[in-house]
Amino acid sequence: MSRIEVDEKRCKGCGLCVIACPFGVLDLSDKFSSTGYYPAVMVKPEKCTGCTLCALVCPDVAIEVYKETKKAGAEK
Amino acid sequence: MEKKVFKRTGGLTDIPMRYCPGCGHGIIHRLVAEVIEELGVQKRTIGIAPVGCSVFADEYFNCDMIQPPHGRGPAVATGMKRIRPDCVVFSYQGDGDLASIGMAETVHAAARAENITIIFVNNAIYGMTGGQMAPTTLIGMKSTTSPFGRDVKRAGYPIRMCEFLAALDAPGYLVRVSVHKPANVMKAKKAVKKAFQVQMEGLGFSMVEIISQCPTDWFLTPLQAVEYVEKQMIPYYPLGEYKTPFKKEEGKKEAKDKIEVEFRTDFN
Repeated sequence: MSRIEVDEKRCKGCGLCVIACPFGVLDLSDKFSSTGYYPAVMVKPEKCTGCTLCALVCPDVAIEVYKETKKAGAEK
Repeated sequence: MEKKVFKRTGGLTDIPMRYCPGCGHGIIHRLVAEVIEELGVQKRTIGIAPVGCSVFADEYFNCDMIQPPHGRGPAVATGMKRIRPDCVVFSYQGDGDLASIGMAETVHAAARAENITIIFVNNAIYGMTGGQMAPTTLIGMKSTTSPFGRDVKRAGYPIRMCEFLAALDAPGYLVRVSVHKPANVMKAKKAVKKAFQVQMEGLGFSMVEIISQCPTDWFLTPLQAVEYVEKQMIPYYPLGEYKTPFKKEEGKKEAKDKIEVEFRTDFN
């Protein structure tokens, strides 16, 4: 399954990734991060396709994207 | 099995950026850093940090950086490029830096066809000093020095830098892009890459004007700021290429045919 990793030390909770995601995978967390912002978290991780749109608009370069490769999917 | 498809570029350092939440500077830093890394010129790149919000750009870019006085980026870049023609020189500037105090340096660097690249971040406001009116502030836009909106009678009209420099013969590549949506970010990256290639091929002055959002000084949330860019900024600052070296002669002829001179008769 594709997934993203949000670096909570960099994320400032601006929410640009939340509106960029076409599947509504992301939302802002209810809990503070160590820097005092509400960081982005995956609320529907099963819908992530690894399209990298959230990472493209992230102003703090806090998102890393891992995409599931096709070969591995066929083996499963 | 999974593959990493997006990672932090090596063109940026590990220091977290100190910009406000939702600021466009971070995206533009990443685009420039990625282009430098992809072109493989990181070891011979010299960046000029501006005065403004991005004054600490020298901490974020993983290449040689220098910090000149306010507005003098193009002049310093000229010297750098003339002494070290093998280096790739870019000047990262905001609208207060480039279009206000540094207007003379910018126009003359463009007119001399200096072989440098300018990344011009237009957020229509002076960000670092607290949101004063800039030369690019839109008509009717509120700032701390125009609390009732920019008044044309007192403060005149905003300057469109791309159209302004396109009137000169010398510039090689002039383009205006924005970074408010993923599609625009991709276009912006292509424009930045093209600008660097124009410089590396020695085709003259290149400038990329990037419309950026400034939620803090526009008194908006980051999401409202993105909407503001789309509905207010882009209609006044149309996106697109204003000059490109690859179709120079055709473009020139078209432009000459298109210009219709209107003489003003309503002077008071």
